[in-house]
Amino acid sequence: MAVPILKQGQYLIATIQDALTDADLQQLRDGLVTQVGRHRSRGVIVDITALDVMDSFAVRTVRDIAHMTRLRGAETVIVGMQPEVALSVVQLGLSLEGVHAALDLEEGLAFLDEQAHVVSGGRPRG
Amino acid sequence: MRHTESHEPVASTPPAEVRPRRHRTRDEPRHEPPARSTGGLLRELVTHLRHNQNQLRDEWANRIMEAQLLTAMSRDEIVAEATSVYDNYLDALETGTLEALQAYAQSLSERIIPRGVETDEVVGIVLLLRDVLARSLFAKYRADFEVLSRVLDAYEPAANRIAITVAVGFVQERERVIREQQEAIRELSTPVLPVRERLLILPIIGLIDRQRARQLTEQLLRAIRANRARVVVVDITGVPAMDSNVANHLVQTVEASRLLGATVIVTGLSPEIAQTLVTIGVDLRTMHTVGDLQGGIEEAERLLGLEVVPVTESKHPT
Repeated sequence: MAVPILKQGQYLIATIQDALTDADLQQLRDGLVTQVGRHRSRGVIVDITALDVMDSFAVRTVRDIAHMTRLRGAETVIVGMQPEVALSVVQLGLSLEGVHAALDLEEGLAFLDEQAHVVSGGRPRG
Repeated sequence: MRHTESHEPVASTPPAEVRPRRHRTRDEPRHEPPARSTGGLLRELVTHLRHNQNQLRDEWANRIMEAQLLTAMSRDEIVAEATSVYDNYLDALETGTLEALQAYAQSLSERIIPRGVETDEVVGIVLLLRDVLARSLFAKYRADFEVLSRVLDAYEPAANRIAITVAVGFVQERERVIREQQEAIRELSTPVLPVRERLLILPIIGLIDRQRARQLTEQLLRAIRANRARVVVVDITGVPAMDSNVANHLVQTVEASRLLGATVIVTGLSPEIAQTLVTIGVDLRTMHTVGDLQGGIEEAERLLGLEVVPVTESKHPT
């Protein structure tokens, strides 16, 4: 099942609805990295609220998305991770270092707004 | 020696069938087959004990009361329990299987532990029953020492096994109760407190073991979601010591909280814990630490963009 990528102002939002295959994850990564450039986005939000499990490949792909989009000028925020998922991710020793996280979509958007504010030195977005 | 045959039941009036049965048992030895295996002996003595059950049960109940055991229970209750214990005891003697008795001992323990019955009382009443029955056997076989000795050879190991089963069942039940209480104490000892909007405090008191650490983490992560917390202050002033397992778990908790979008500030590390953590080389780079709880809350307010201002200043801005 492919993940739809929505454009919302300066940001891209990808909401994962269901468990994903490795191919879906790669497709999501490629799509986000491409579209960040096309829409000149400043931020990416990956919503994983619906995921009850994350294997090492999923964690690595999410980390890759964050690092790749940063190289193309957009900060990535992971939102909606379940407590159990967070716990199992750190217990498996999977690293999400350098990846921003927020509680839910709203928080993620607030975080990105803050970042944009800091980076642009208070220039209003638009 | 006290002879059960001559002993008249006290207080409660015995049921009518006691007398005829007693006559029968007195006649019994004459009709016994001469050669008897251990199993045969056990069967025989079970039959004997069944025939005399009302009298022996009363005797037992009386001796329980004389010894001032089970003071938490009334006489009627003791007699009722004595009846069913007696039946189960004989079944266990007869069949040699302890499962039914085990189950009964467990349900009995469940009923009497909340009433404050102690281990010595339970062991005491089982041993009393063993003695009462042994006396009855002495009285029955006193004419023939050879047979008596063989009867006791069969009876004693079985009776001891039963006594152990009941005592162990009781102790296990108590341990189960204790475990439940420990669980309850653990739950009580780890509150997650919202202090301001989006700020939680988790004061940890007492030693942390593996299980408690895991429980703390789960509780914290759930509370972060429920309260939409941005900052969590974990205060470990009340933790006397910490090993590498728990320290690593703390580091994992900090990382897991970050994945939920919350920053964790750890406060109140004692000098001992600081020394231990550095000595055993736990990687604490990801951990945000502040000296005491006050400092931690101030830091949290700074992160949340809040400022605490004295009332006079806010009323009259200069």
